[in-house]
Parts: sequence; structure tokens; C-alpha cells
Amino acid sequence: MHLLRRRTELGLIVVVVLITAGAYALAGLGKTSEMPANIGPFLGVILGLLVTAHIAVRRLAPNADSILLPLAALLNGIGYVFIVRLDEAQEESGSLAELQSLWTAVGIGAFVATLLFVRRARDLERYRYTFAALGLFLLVLPLFPVIGRTINGSRIWISLGPVNFQPGEAAKIVLAIFFAGYLVERREILAMSNFRLGPLHLPDPQHLGPVALAWGASLIVMTLEKDLGSSLLFFFLFVVMLWVATGRTTYLTVGTTLFAGGAFFAWSQFEHVKDRVDVWLDPWPVAKAEGFQVVEASFALADGGIAGTGIGLGTPTRIPEVETDFIFAAIGEELGLLGATAVLCAYILMVGAGLRIALRADSGFDTLLATGLTSLLGIQAFIIIGGVTRVLPLTGVTLPFVSYGGSSLVLNYVLLALLLRISDNSVREPTAAAPATTSAGATLR
Amino acid sequence: MNRQIAKLGAGLLICYLLLFAQLNRTTVFGAQRLKDNPENNREILRDYDRPRGSIATADGVVIARSVPTEEGARFERMRTYPEGPLFAHITGFYSLNLGSTGVEDSYNAELVGRTSDLSFRDLNDLFVERDRVGDLTLTLRADVQAAARDALGERRGSVVALDPRTGDVHALWSFPTFDPNVLASQDFATANTTFTQLNEDPAKPLLAKSYRERFFPGSTFKVVTGTAGLESGEVTRDAPTYPATSTYTPPQTTRPLRNFGGSTCGGALFEILRASCNTAFAQMAVDLGPDVMIETAEDFGFNGEPPIDLPDAASSVFPTDFDQNLPALAQSGIGQNDVSATPLQMAMVAAAVANEGAVMTPRVVDTVRDDEGTVVDEPEPSQWRRAMTPETAATMREAMIGVAERGTARNLLISGFEVGGKTGTAQLGTDPPRSHAWIIGFAGPPGEAPTVAVAVIVEGQEGASEQTGGRVAAPIARAVMAAVRAAAT
Repeated sequence: MHLLRRRTELGLIVVVVLITAGAYALAGLGKTSEMPANIGPFLGVILGLLVTAHIAVRRLAPNADSILLPLAALLNGIGYVFIVRLDEAQEESGSLAELQSLWTAVGIGAFVATLLFVRRARDLERYRYTFAALGLFLLVLPLFPVIGRTINGSRIWISLGPVNFQPGEAAKIVLAIFFAGYLVERREILAMSNFRLGPLHLPDPQHLGPVALAWGASLIVMTLEKDLGSSLLFFFLFVVMLWVATGRTTYLTVGTTLFAGGAFFAWSQFEHVKDRVDVWLDPWPVAKAEGFQVVEASFALADGGIAGTGIGLGTPTRIPEVETDFIFAAIGEELGLLGATAVLCAYILMVGAGLRIALRADSGFDTLLATGLTSLLGIQAFIIIGGVTRVLPLTGVTLPFVSYGGSSLVLNYVLLALLLRISDNSVREPTAAAPATTSAGATLR
Repeated sequence: MNRQIAKLGAGLLICYLLLFAQLNRTTVFGAQRLKDNPENNREILRDYDRPRGSIATADGVVIARSVPTEEGARFERMRTYPEGPLFAHITGFYSLNLGSTGVEDSYNAELVGRTSDLSFRDLNDLFVERDRVGDLTLTLRADVQAAARDALGERRGSVVALDPRTGDVHALWSFPTFDPNVLASQDFATANTTFTQLNEDPAKPLLAKSYRERFFPGSTFKVVTGTAGLESGEVTRDAPTYPATSTYTPPQTTRPLRNFGGSTCGGALFEILRASCNTAFAQMAVDLGPDVMIETAEDFGFNGEPPIDLPDAASSVFPTDFDQNLPALAQSGIGQNDVSATPLQMAMVAAAVANEGAVMTPRVVDTVRDDEGTVVDEPEPSQWRRAMTPETAATMREAMIGVAERGTARNLLISGFEVGGKTGTAQLGTDPPRSHAWIIGFAGPPGEAPTVAVAVIVEGQEGASEQTGGRVAAPIARAVMAAVRAAAT
């Protein structure tokens, strides 16, 4: 059975490589009417990277889900082609594309390393408090002097030598592990309601305490760092995991109420939050100022129409931050409604695959962790695409696997590896039927 | 937990469907509204680096074209104006950062080839890569325009020459002006600085005053008042005879209105027009009443937006709120009070008289051709307004010929041509006496329809006598009419 899965994965990877190379060639044709000179090496490198990842899965997690890696590779490939295309069009042609290819390699490395070192997801459960501490530490890190950096108004960066990194990206995964571990342990207690607060029946605060504390602290830190997108993502991650773990809708309602209150408070107290909401409601009066990005993104999408202008033939570089937060607008402009919908479908398929892994996982911790990691991916993509298309107020987070950004890319590959690990663990080896099958996953059992 | 996970999946699916719906709204259903949004200048930007048609004068001088830039430049081509300032107010300029003005603005769709006439006409065009740009040929002539520039020299003012029969503009010159090459340059910093300087210059060189600025028309407006008298039937070539006097006191006031230099004048229509008699025309306006005066002025085009194919043309103004304020009406009858007109409008006044009373739609673009030289658009001349009957026009024409041959506009005469005109002097102040010197006129082969109508204003001249227009402005108009005549032969 695992052989079939791996063959499917390899087949899909070949398709992804062809799509990516095709898009890369089109980008070159669109820009200069010539095939890019390095199309051969380009094909070789991405094929090499993806086959490395594939072999790692084959060796380290042979029974894992077969579509997650190709989907991530597809998004990564499309994102990379767009970063190359946008980078070349910028006045000061930077080295974003080069860095992104480097980060992709590091990401694949991190993917392999995660599969290699985390042989069973349940092993992580034991270190849940360590992860809680680590997560909080990572979150606070950018606030430290010397290494902390403020870029574009958000203090979410640390600078280590020549490399800038967003530790918050890692904190999200680490805290998701903590939540999963803690909630699984206390889920029965948390599902009971022996504490009354007005009309609400709540669990004993003593049990909710640690997790609420970690969560509250993270939210405060993110607010201090003016990282709205991450705060939002984090809030929903926590509420969703609590709800899934306990099965109690109360958490969902209380969470949503709290969110409404918190959002109103932030809106009335913080100028930058109010700006975002005002721009979302009506960007036109400030179309040349605060609303410029969102307005230009709408114009870009309108220019794209159904089929798009073609890669390299649009003018997406007019949108500030187009390589990171607004890369979806560039995709919409040059690949049109069809291309943008394909990206949406990729995320929805990833969410579907992730939740299927959660459903089939063979321990509560695995289920909850898979749910949390999948939610991180799905909600983050929703938050930023919603911001770009004006479904939501704009809060800057990266588009997973697509946006330029090393920290995000590398940590999303780690997230992917964890999902594949849970998936691999959950498939019981048909011991009697196929005794000859000995794989890394099987020998561990 | 499984039920919750299923619900979570459903919830996320709904979120993504929401995104999909919004995407449809932005990229398809609401796309046109976003493209038409005034904040959206993506089209300008896209057009900027695309091929763009050239603009040439009626006598074949290229005055705007796109040339390839040097290798490695940010853009593939840039816009140049080989004649420099000569046609700056007509072509305008075409700039990425400063926008576009003039014909570059009003004919943008034709120049980039986006009109349906140009975009594609047969199936072959789907397969052949072609630059479907439109090349414009103007009605303006480089030789006539240069004559206008040379005759006006370094004085502030405007010159308009047009064909009364078709509305084709032959010359449209204002001084001071600017060099469009600097503003269209891709050295954006210099272009910006220059634009700011030009924009803050009190002489307003960026403004095409010939059709975008209003001035007191002074005595040239008496042509309109005379027309109103003839059209109403209350005035004929012989009657009434206005009393010879040096002052006229309109009803409702004790302040008399005087002739220039306190001179005495009066008589029938031809005589009072020849002498530019303020007292007589003021009295005529009062006798005709506000309604007749307003109607005639509007028949000439006053209070209407001139349908010229250039952007932002100014309307000329004749007041409509006299409310039986007869002193104001008397002032208006001699082109003072709140009457104001563009040089283009005053040229159209002369043209209406020359063209049997019909005011033709003024235009600067004659034909649009595609890249193979085939004419794709050649608008027919059309009438905009009717100022008077052909009979009235014949009478006024004779009266204006009289002004040129025996009155204040003698400097307009060209031997072998039949020339009519009317001078004007709009006083600006008395200390020192300064005025705008005006002349309007027409010329053509004797006994035939006039082939050219002109209006000239020289701003802020010293002196304020009625002779100023004839002395200062008439020679310029004469030079331009002579250039049109030379061009026709």
C-alpha cells in the first residue's frame, strides 16, 4: 500500500515540476520574448530538491499521505516563479529570488530533518511544557535589544549576523504542540463544567489556567510587536483546538464573544488597528495613502480578469510588498481568476488532507496536533487572501509556501513534515498480510 | 473530536468559498467598475511603454512622435516634440508622472490604437502581431502657426485663425508657452521641477490662453450687439440713427457712459461700428433689452462649452442676471461689465459673420490614419450654433468690411483680398493706462466666402485709446491671414 502512495506522490511531483518549469518559461517569454537561458538548470534544481524530499518520505515515512508534499511543492513553485518575475521587474533588482531558492533548499532540509528526528509525533507530547516555554521565549525574542529588529512597523524580527528571522513563525508551531499536549491531557476535565460564572458553565479555572496564560501572554506579546495577523491567527488556533479537544460549543461562543470584545477594544484604542479597519470598510478616500496597497491590489485583480494578463505581462510591482503579503494579487493579475482559484483549491486540498490525517490519527495528541497544524495553515492563508481581496481587514501574514520569506517557508516545511509524520504513524502496518514489508516506520513499532 | 474536525473542515470550506466569491466579484463582475475608477492609472502606465501614433500638421510637419530610447533604459520609447514650444498648447505633453494634456489627452485612445476602428478589422489581425496605433493629422498648419508666433513675438497674447466654412483651426498660439519635451522627458525629477516652476509662473505658460482663458472682449463685442439689433428687426442698415453725442446716461443711473477720449459720434449701424461708438451701442443694447442680447450672445456660443476637440476648453460668458439692471446691460453691450470671452470664441464671432451666420464646430484634428496610412476616421465639418440669418450675416459682413476699409481696422487690409474686422480695447486701469488690444476679422477672395477668420489679443498694452487694437493687434492678424492665403496658393 505504501508503495502505491509513494508512486502517486512521485507522479504528482513530476507534474508539479512540469507546471513550475512551464510557468518559469512563460515568465521569461512574457518578459523578454525569449526562453530563459537557465531553464535546464532550473528544472534540474527543483526536480532535485523535490526528489530529495520524496526519497526522504519514502525512507522515513513511507505510509504518509501522498498529496500534501506535491501540493506544498506546487505552491512553493508558483510562488518562486512569481518572486523571480517580480524581483526582475523591480527598479533595484534585488536578490529576493536567489534568497528564496536558498530558503527553499533550507526548507526541504528542515523537512527531511524533522522526519528524521521526530520518528513518532507522540514523542513530542512529553516535552509539552518545554515547548510552552520555548514558544514564549521565541515570541519575546524580537523585543530584546541588539538582536530585535523592527521592519515595516512590526517588531517581529531578530537579526543574527546577515540573516533576519521571524521567530514567531516557529513559535506558532511550538505552541500548537503545547496546546495539543496540554489539552489532550485535560480534555475530560475541561469538558466538564463545574465552575459557574453568571449564565456560563466553565471548567475549573485551575485547569484552564496554564493554557489560558500561555495564550494570553502570546497575544499580548504579538500586540506589543504590532503583529495583527499573527494575533488573529493565534486566537483562532487556540479557540479551535479547545473546541475540538473538548467538543464543547461554549468555547466557540465564548471565544467569538471575547474576540469581538477584543477586536472592538483594539479598534478603539490602537490607531493602526483603526486604520486597517477603516481602509477595509472604505479604502477610496485614502486611496493614495493608507489604502494604496489594497486599492492597487483590487486594480490588479480587476486587470487580471478571468484568464489573467499572463505571467510577466501585468504590472503587479505597483503594489507595495507584492512579494510577501500581496503575492496573491500578483497571481490574480497574471493568472487571472483561474490561477487564483487554483491556489485556493491547493489550500483547500491541503486542509482536507490535513484534517483527514487528524481523523485517522491513532492518538488524541496526534489528532489534536494535526488539527492544530492544519488550522494554522488554512487560517493563515485565509487571513492573508481575505486581506488582499478585502474580505477581511488587512493583517500582514505570509501566504504559506507562496510568499517570499525564509522563516515562513522553512517553518511551513517543518509543519508539513509533522503532518506527514502523524499520517505515517497512523497507518497500521498489515503485519500478517505483508510480512516482507520492512520500512523505517514499521521497524519503529 | 471527529465531529468537531468535520465541522472545522466545513467551516474552512465556507471561508474559502467566501474568498472564491469575492475573487469573482473583483476579477469579473466588478472589474469594469474598478478599471473605470479615477484612482486607477494602470491603463496610463500600460499605454506609456506601448507604441504610440505620431501627430503631424496639415502641411506635413511631424510635431509629436515616439522614438526608441537608448539600450538599457527603463522604457523602450519616449515621446518627443520636434517643433518644441510651437505646438505645445495643441499637442500638450505626454508624461508618465505628470499625466497628459492637449491632443495627447483628448485623442489618447486613437494614438494608442484602442478605438474599434483601429483595434482589428479582420481575422488576420488575430494572428499577425501588429502595432495598431493611430496617426493624427491636424487641421493646424505649421507655416500659419509660425507666422502667428513671429507676428506676436515676445508679447503676451493669443492668436486664433480658423476656416469659417469648416471650423478647421489653422493656428492656435499663445505666448508665453513651454517646451513639451522637458515635461515629457523620462528624467522625472527635472520634469517635475520644471512643471512646478511653469505652474507657479504668474504668466501661466502652461495655460493655452487661446481657448482656456477669458478676457474682456471690449469693442469687438459690438459685432454681437449689432447682430442682435439686426436679428431683432429693430435695427437696419439705415435706421435708427443714433444721436451724435459724447455721453450716454442709461436709465436707472446718473453716471454717464462716455466715448473714448470724449469724442462725439453717432449715426446708423455702419457708421457707429466704423467709429466704434460706445454711446450708440450702449443705447442699442438697452433698447433691445436683456432677453434679445442674451439670446444672440448664446447663439454665438457664449455661456456654452465650445465643442472643440481639445480638453478643458473655457466657456465664454455673457451675464444672464440683469434683472432690468439697465446700466449693466449698457456696459455689456460694449463688451464690458461681466462679459468675457476666449480668443477662440471671438474668432468664432468673426467666423459666424463670414460663414453666413453658421458657427461651425471648431476642431484641431483632421484625420486619423492607421499604421498603413489608411484613413480610419475623418469627421465631417458640423455646425455648432446658428448666430444669425444669412441676410443679417451679409449686412454685418459689409459693416465689418467698412471698418477695415474706412475705420479703426485699416491695418488689417491685404491687397487683393476682401477683409473685414473689428478692433477692441479692453481697459485694465487708468494709472498708468493699460489695456488688452483686440482685433477680430476675416478675409477671402473678393465677392466669395471668406476663407479665414481670426482673433488676436495682445495683453496689457500701454495706452487705452480705441486705436490700440488697430495699431497693435491688427498687424498680427494681417500677417496670419496673409500666411493662410499664401498656404492656399
